[in-house]
Amino acid sequence: MSSSSISTAAPPAQIYLSPPEDNYLTHDKGIKSWIFTLDHKRIGIMYMMAILSFFFVGGMFAMLLRTELLWPTAWMIHDAYGKVDTESTLTFYNNMFTLHGAVMVFLFIIPAIPAILGNLILPLMLGAKDVAFPRLNLMSLWVYWIGASFFLYVLLGGVLSSGFGIHLPGGMGLDTGWTFYAPYSTTKSLAGVVPATFGAFVVGFSSILTGVNFVTTLHILRPKGMTWFRMPLFLWALYATSIIQILATPVLAITLLLVIAERVLRVGIFDPAIGGDPILYQHFFWFYSHPAVYIMILPGMGVISEVISVFSRKHIFGYNFIAFSSIAIALLGFLVWGHHMFVSGQSALTDSIFSLLTFSVAIPSAVKVFNWIATLYNGSIRFKTPMLYALGFILLFTIGGLTGLFLGALSMDVPLHDTYFVVAHFHYVMMGSMLFAFLAGMYYWFPKIFGKMYSEKVGRIAALMVFTGFNLAFFPQFIAGTKGMPRRWATYPEKYVVYHRTSTCGAYLMGLGLLTVAGNWAHALRRGPKAPPNPWGANTLEWHCSSPPPYYNFKKTPVADDPYNLGAWEYESPTEGWIPRHTAPDPSNATTADRTRPVTH
Amino acid sequence: MASSLVQSNEIPAPVADDIAAHHPAGVHAVPKRVLLGVYGLLCVFTVLTVGVSYIPLGPANIWVALFVAVIKASLVLMYFMHLRWDSPFNGVVIIAAMFFVSLFIGIAMLDNKEYQPNLEKPAAVQAVQQ
Amino acid sequence: MSTATDTHGPAVAEHDASGHVHHSPHLAHHFDSPEQQFMSAKLGMWVFLGTEILMFGGLFCAYSVYRRSHPLVFEFAADEYLSTPLGALNTIILISSSLTMAWGVRCAQLTQKAGLIVCLILTLMGACGFMVVKTIEYTRKWDEHVFVGEMFEKNPNRYIITGTTVPPKAPTSSPLPATLTPPPNVADGNAGTSDVAIIRPITAGPAGISPDYLVPPAPVAEERSPTYEQLSAADKKEVSTFFSIYFLMTGLHGIHVLVGMGLITWILIRATKNEFSSEYFTPVDLVGLYWHLVDLIWIFLFPLLYLIH
Repeated sequence: MSSSSISTAAPPAQIYLSPPEDNYLTHDKGIKSWIFTLDHKRIGIMYMMAILSFFFVGGMFAMLLRTELLWPTAWMIHDAYGKVDTESTLTFYNNMFTLHGAVMVFLFIIPAIPAILGNLILPLMLGAKDVAFPRLNLMSLWVYWIGASFFLYVLLGGVLSSGFGIHLPGGMGLDTGWTFYAPYSTTKSLAGVVPATFGAFVVGFSSILTGVNFVTTLHILRPKGMTWFRMPLFLWALYATSIIQILATPVLAITLLLVIAERVLRVGIFDPAIGGDPILYQHFFWFYSHPAVYIMILPGMGVISEVISVFSRKHIFGYNFIAFSSIAIALLGFLVWGHHMFVSGQSALTDSIFSLLTFSVAIPSAVKVFNWIATLYNGSIRFKTPMLYALGFILLFTIGGLTGLFLGALSMDVPLHDTYFVVAHFHYVMMGSMLFAFLAGMYYWFPKIFGKMYSEKVGRIAALMVFTGFNLAFFPQFIAGTKGMPRRWATYPEKYVVYHRTSTCGAYLMGLGLLTVAGNWAHALRRGPKAPPNPWGANTLEWHCSSPPPYYNFKKTPVADDPYNLGAWEYESPTEGWIPRHTAPDPSNATTADRTRPVTH
Repeated sequence: MASSLVQSNEIPAPVADDIAAHHPAGVHAVPKRVLLGVYGLLCVFTVLTVGVSYIPLGPANIWVALFVAVIKASLVLMYFMHLRWDSPFNGVVIIAAMFFVSLFIGIAMLDNKEYQPNLEKPAAVQAVQQ
Repeated sequence: MSTATDTHGPAVAEHDASGHVHHSPHLAHHFDSPEQQFMSAKLGMWVFLGTEILMFGGLFCAYSVYRRSHPLVFEFAADEYLSTPLGALNTIILISSSLTMAWGVRCAQLTQKAGLIVCLILTLMGACGFMVVKTIEYTRKWDEHVFVGEMFEKNPNRYIITGTTVPPKAPTSSPLPATLTPPPNVADGNAGTSDVAIIRPITAGPAGISPDYLVPPAPVAEERSPTYEQLSAADKKEVSTFFSIYFLMTGLHGIHVLVGMGLITWILIRATKNEFSSEYFTPVDLVGLYWHLVDLIWIFLFPLLYLIH
């Protein structure tokens, strides 16, 4: 299993070419053919445009936040006389970090890989023509658009009014942080709580419906030859993610409904002044939000499994372990939510139970990291851009995961809770890991999705900028946190200045790097060379069709091989990429007896 | 094997997937007497549970009521909702959902029980200070 | 496949000139067979039902937590304000509508159009009956000024205990220091407009207010639900929480019933247009599953809310 030998029983690789001028992007014209499409690939593209836009907005405000933190006292908002208006600056800051967190979590990280790469690639990887419920898929997209627009409008309104004096009608703003903790959110906070939580409620349904779709697709539409244990690991990851989406997101839905009910009708569920229990709010909220972080990371891990194998030219090591660990993470992730509540007033008994369980959930993640490293060992490694991000992922996820263990230990969490240590930890896992995996996936599948190759040189430079900037931005935050710097504070004592300034410089560098990535893609779309069907020599089914794929994916469902049987391909040239390795012609096959080169134009 | 330019207009005949072959989702109509029988049982259990609720059993009342509710729910799931003749995975989905709900309720209740004294204190203080 | 109304793939159903199998018009292009499509639809629906269970599960959690910490409140409020006969009637109505729904699915499977239509109409009538009973219950509560959240609190002086009629209980372990002073007497100014007796606010007992606050004034008989007077002062404030939970749970359930009614009506209209037969009855089956879920939730709601005596 660690050698790239040709498996004799496997069906030989085959590329199903289609006319390059007639692909899913060019097949139908007009805006209506996009908005009302049932094609999973077009839906994936539309998700991509929306989600990347939201990422940009969230990122911009992160830059603004870091800029405010350059000086220890508030300085951003000035009153009419040019004097600093501390009160307004602090309100602006609260609005900004709420927007940054909420937009990034709900509108970017949670949907990113499942909705973009999942929608685009999952049916192709299965050799299927579409997902099980294409219309439900379209509805997921519309629901996402509506909820996200609503949500962003309210939050943006608050930021614009508190920071720039621009008042949008109905843009009341939210200053509770993305966690909407009661009783603040149900009593004194800005009035934007009700529409914002309603927007998040709607977006949650998009997540649920995507989960329903993927679970059904994976159960029913696997092709001949693809048993569960011959499925690519990216699909295992999406399956585990969908399980979590289905089980956890409804609890968020009811939590948000209860917050709205409490604010509007004053039912006393969470507000102690009217007989409620604020800790119960946290139980409700974190029962969803902890599994949500596994929704974020699991698909990323799936991408990494694919990328590491292909760019080491080796069969993935420990396939069964990686597959099972995805399911284990999904299930164990439901048992540990209380580790966000160690200092909330939760009982000591529950504190201990959750701390112990939190240590258990680290094990499957570690299993994956070891298997990836074992895959790299003795591999023939190519440092293409996706691989650079994947390698960065392994390092940064290890750091992020280990610091999570620090926080999972009760005694350590008490001083570290709500400090920058926590901020650094989750940015390492959410950004250093998940964002890197997302970028790895986008680069890896870019040629397939768009039919163009991006510039490798610019890609590598951008990757280096992002990696360096990220570490410069967030590593000092670990130290600042251990020295007591609290999170969500706009002002701070002098002694933390050096950490904040370093962090801000790193953030700017990272921002530049990400803009370079965007430029890389934009340029490739317009002027990149045409991509071959299989530029990387991978064996999963999506590489068996043209780049970009035709709108119908495959006219005839291909028979699935071991997805990591990389020996079935051999490199031809940069323009033709990898082609199926020549074997003795099979006389029973009537189509061709000779080896014919694929036509790329 | 050579790569081939597959461009035929041939529409392949439908091939039922392995899964569909093993679980023929054909027309299995629930027999009338099964429907009526289950309905009768459900009504009986409803009357039973209402009746038992008037007998003071202390804390056991809730558990008896829940137990009867689970029986009724199982009847609806298995017969009205066709789970008895369906692919077992459908049942697994529901069992999993109920398991996670119980987990959530269980731990929240456990925790609430443990920190309840801390909640009551401030309420009592507030009442005094009114 | 570029329009939302296109249900079959490119030239799939039309090509039978060369001897290919004629595909059912209901077979979507990405499925290999009608069986596969049907299984897929069922699985998808079951997964969706799972999500609904999780959502209601949150409310059941709130219920469990509050009932465990304030059992007497629940006993009092449920006994006093919730009508067990009406609840039982609703249960029977829903179970019957489940029967007619399952029967309707059976009719669709056997291509019995008339039977299907009759069953769907009966199910719809059951659903209406349920909503009628629910409306009666809600109106009754409105008349008794017992409603959700803020509206319950609108007349907070409605339920105030008089210290004189209830003998102060001997203090047990007091969580509060004895130095806390009791509050001044609040004058009984509110006559109120309902027929519920307005009683005086808490006055201090000989040992100060604190020990009595958490303790019921008199021992509650095991076999009987407490009356309002028998609740501790802390519990009296929690009565509104019971009603919040009650209205949220039955309200969310009621919304699901209304949605179900809409879905059944849609299926009914399609049935009258001859759209269902043994070859294709999936929508009936799926709506049936949804309706049974609504029944299932009520099967749990009923004993938990109504059967507290």
